[in-house]
Amino acid sequence: MAEMDTSSGGGHKKGPGVKKSKKLSTRVDLTPMVDLGFLLITFFIFTTTMSQPTAMKLNLPKDTDKPDEQNKLKESAAFTVMPAKDDKVYYYEGLDPSKIQASDWKTIRDAILDKKRRTDPNDFMVIIKPDADATYKNTVDMLDEMKIDDVKRYALVDITPVEYSFIQKTEQANGIK
Amino acid sequence: MGRAKIPRKSTNIDMTAMCDVAFLLLSFFILVAKFKPPDALAVITPTSVYTKVAPDANIILITMDKDGKVYFGISDKNTGEKKDIIDMVSTAKNLGLTDAEKKNFINNPAAYIGVPFSQVKSLLDKAPDQWKGIVMPGIPTQDSTNNELRDWIQAAVAAFQGEKMFIEIKGDNAAKYPAFSGVIWAMKRNDQLKFQLITSPMAAPPGSELDKIQAKTGSKTAE
Repeated sequence: MAEMDTSSGGGHKKGPGVKKSKKLSTRVDLTPMVDLGFLLITFFIFTTTMSQPTAMKLNLPKDTDKPDEQNKLKESAAFTVMPAKDDKVYYYEGLDPSKIQASDWKTIRDAILDKKRRTDPNDFMVIIKPDADATYKNTVDMLDEMKIDDVKRYALVDITPVEYSFIQKTEQANGIK
Repeated sequence: MGRAKIPRKSTNIDMTAMCDVAFLLLSFFILVAKFKPPDALAVITPTSVYTKVAPDANIILITMDKDGKVYFGISDKNTGEKKDIIDMVSTAKNLGLTDAEKKNFINNPAAYIGVPFSQVKSLLDKAPDQWKGIVMPGIPTQDSTNNELRDWIQAAVAAFQGEKMFIEIKGDNAAKYPAFSGVIWAMKRNDQLKFQLITSPMAAPPGSELDKIQAKTGSKTAE
C-alpha cells in the first residue's frame, strides 16, 4: 500500500570508514492539519443543522356566528394578554378590560403562571390580543410563551376599541408616546 | 537477575489516517451542505421553542417584511401549480398577461409577487434577473375591502387541489401586527386555518414549564 519509507537509516551496518549520509525525515507533523480539518467539520455540522428554520403551528378557529358552535369561555378562567408598543404587555383577568395592568416580557410569564395555578386547567384560557402597535415578533413571542408555559387553550383575537382605549390611557399615564 | 527490558515506544502517532478521515468527513459535509440562495427579501424571523423543521415543498409562502409589506410566493419545485395560479389570476383579474410574462413568473425560482394586481403585468414584463433591485409596494392586505392576498390564496388553493399544501408565513420581527392580521383575514376568507409560522429555533428557557416537561420526557422536541 501507499506507505512512506520513513526509516531514518539504521538497520544496515556499514563498514568502518563509510560515511553515513544524513537522511532527512520525510515525516511531517500532521497534527495541526487534523486540528484544522476537525474545526471545519464542526463548523459545517453546526451550520447545516442550525440554519434550518423551524415552523410554529398556528391553527385558527373558524369564524362563526352560531352561538352553539362557539367556544364557551368562563369569566373566571379567562386571561387576556395584549402585547403593545415598546415591548410592553398589558393584561387583565376575567372579562372586564378596566382591570388592565401593565407588564413587560420579563414579568408576564409569572402573571400567566400565577393565573394558571389558580384556575381549573380545563377552563383556563389565554386570549392574545396584540394591539396595532405590537410587532409581529411580539405576536409570535406571545404564541411561543403559550408553548413555554404549557397553556393548552389560547386564541389569537383582534383587539376591541374599548381595550385599545384602556391601553392608550395606561400608556399616557406611563409617558409612552 | 536482570529485569525484563520494556522497550520504549515512540509516542508519535501516525496522523495520516486521522487526517484522511477528517478531510473525508469535511468534504462530505461541504458537499451535503445546502447553501441557501441569498433571499431577495431580507427578513429576520422571530425565535420560538418549536423544533419541527419547516417543510420545503408544496408551500405557499407569505412574506412580511419589516415595513409590513406582504409578498406572495410558491416553492420552487411546484412549477405546475405556479402556472395554474398565474393563469387563474390573469383570467380572473383581466391582467392580460402574455405567455412570456407568465414564464417569467414560472421559471424564476425565487419569484414572489409584491405588487397590486394593477402592477403585476409591468413587474412580470421584466426578466427574472432584473428583479433584484425592484422595490415592490407589497400586496394590499390591510384593508378588508381591497385584500388582494385573498385572491392569490384563492388561486393557490385551487391550484393545489387534491394535494397537501402548507401555508408558511415568514414575518420580520419589526412587522406590525395589522399586517399579520390582514394576512390572517385573507386566510380565513379562504377557509385556510392552519399555518406554519417560520421561526428560528431557540431552546426552552431554563426552569419554565416546557423545560420541565422536556426534562421529564427526556426529549427536546416541541411541536
